[in-house]
Amino acid sequence: MTRRAVHRTLLFLVALFLVACAWELYKAVGPEQGGSLLGIPLAKTNDHAMPHTWDMVSRLGEPENRAGGQAIWRSVLGYAWYSFRLAAFGLGLGAVFGIAAAVVMARFRFVERGLLPWIVMSQTVPLIALAPQLVSWSGKLDLFGWDWPQWLSVCVLAAFLAFFPISIGTLRGLSAAPPAATELMQSYAAGWWRTLLKLRFPAAVPSMVPALKLGATLSVVGVVVSEISIGVKGGIGRAVISYSQAATGDPTKVYAAVFGAALMGLVLYGLIVLIDLALMRNRPQEVEG
Amino acid sequence: MSAVTVNRVCKVFNAGNPNRVDALVDIDLTVEPAQFISLIGPSGCGKSTLLRLVANLIDPTSGDVSVNGKPAAQARLDQDYGMAFQQAGLFEWRTVEKNIELPLELKGWDKAKRRARAQEMLELVKLPEFGRHMPWQLSGGMQQRIAIARALAAHPPLLLMDEPFGALDEMTREHMQAELLRICAATSTTVVFVTHSIPEAVYLSDRVVVMSPRPGRITDVIDVDLGRGRTEDTREQAAFYAKITEVREALRRVEKAGATSGLGVDDR
Repeated sequence: MTRRAVHRTLLFLVALFLVACAWELYKAVGPEQGGSLLGIPLAKTNDHAMPHTWDMVSRLGEPENRAGGQAIWRSVLGYAWYSFRLAAFGLGLGAVFGIAAAVVMARFRFVERGLLPWIVMSQTVPLIALAPQLVSWSGKLDLFGWDWPQWLSVCVLAAFLAFFPISIGTLRGLSAAPPAATELMQSYAAGWWRTLLKLRFPAAVPSMVPALKLGATLSVVGVVVSEISIGVKGGIGRAVISYSQAATGDPTKVYAAVFGAALMGLVLYGLIVLIDLALMRNRPQEVEG
Repeated sequence: MSAVTVNRVCKVFNAGNPNRVDALVDIDLTVEPAQFISLIGPSGCGKSTLLRLVANLIDPTSGDVSVNGKPAAQARLDQDYGMAFQQAGLFEWRTVEKNIELPLELKGWDKAKRRARAQEMLELVKLPEFGRHMPWQLSGGMQQRIAIARALAAHPPLLLMDEPFGALDEMTREHMQAELLRICAATSTTVVFVTHSIPEAVYLSDRVVVMSPRPGRITDVIDVDLGRGRTEDTREQAAFYAKITEVREALRRVEKAGATSGLGVDDR
């Protein structure tokens, strides 16, 4: 591992530790039953509403419910793995359609002018409203006897969220090639598509990677929200809801699911970072802004 | 058959608009094969526009341009020329040798042939060990040499250059001029070279074409008879200085005729 990577990981762990410290600090000084300070409502700090961070961690080792069985972290990992695959597939779908849309918009200016407003508008529709619509609409589809599975709706909704930043980032990157380079390709009598392959796409990578990172995090959000809206079993979204319903008796349980969802997001984001490293291996190291 | 023929070419930008620009008016120019000609003149005289017309990157408003006996458009499709700009313009995601291979890839050459030709070009520009390097690891002068190697990779009969040494310091510039002459002599390439620098134009060329702005036209064509085998010593000969003076005076006549201020041409 490079020194920079080790440095980054250490900083991340330190940051996590500081967040835990801030949590405990507030718990120590804040009001047990809540209250207000100069009109600002303050959260309750009793063990029910705000469990200690070490209680959250130790809960991971205990079984899912009183009936016993495997430790909850195993179950959560299972749910997270299920949802992770949906998020990854959703990201893939979003990336394929996002990049395709960007290429078409870059090639045909009138398509960009016509399509872009609709793409922007589409993002303002809340996912919670879209999810049931998609489920009922897909249920009515006659796909030669093949049933549209629930998880596919989740993937489509995740793809829907990831699509926007990826298409915008790719579109911007495709126009980022310097004019001298496009003139050079013109002097070689290279057609638009060959120029796309040899010049525009490689030049677009620095714009596409941040877009993919954003798409990855949005895809995870999309999966969790859609799973809850659609009521998909086996995923982390369902776990979040059912664990939070048990909060009166078991306040730390829901945090196990939250950790699982966070881990999902980190791993998917980390995959993009690995792809970035592979693609940018030969390029000059930019100073990080 | 001449390498480049420009026949009564005019180029107007924004015709019919209030900001109409007569970039070029009535340009006639003939370049013989293996000749080296420079286009020199103040800013706005149309030398870069003329170069782009020869390269068929833009079309003339009237008149015609032929390269290698064909219309300029056909010559571009057949890739009968290579181009080098002020910015080397190497692709930063490709190694040096893959940058040189770019025109060969577009011509459909197979891998082995491309690799061999790229190595040959690296030898020609005297950078044989830098094939696997990345462009950003090279200095400005080295990058320009790679750009020239790329421009000549497919052995085109014509080389078009738009102030390629403009971004380099004086010492590197003089060195690169000598290198360019050596390379072009070795490959018998015809060269059309745009520059702001009088000594550069005189040192490199067989003929110096002096242009003037508003509207862009050719005012003088000066033959430079300093012989073929020019060296660093040539820069110190009396004949060299005499030619520089001749070109400078031609440019001054341009200035007086157009009563423009701020020549934008180097006396360096």
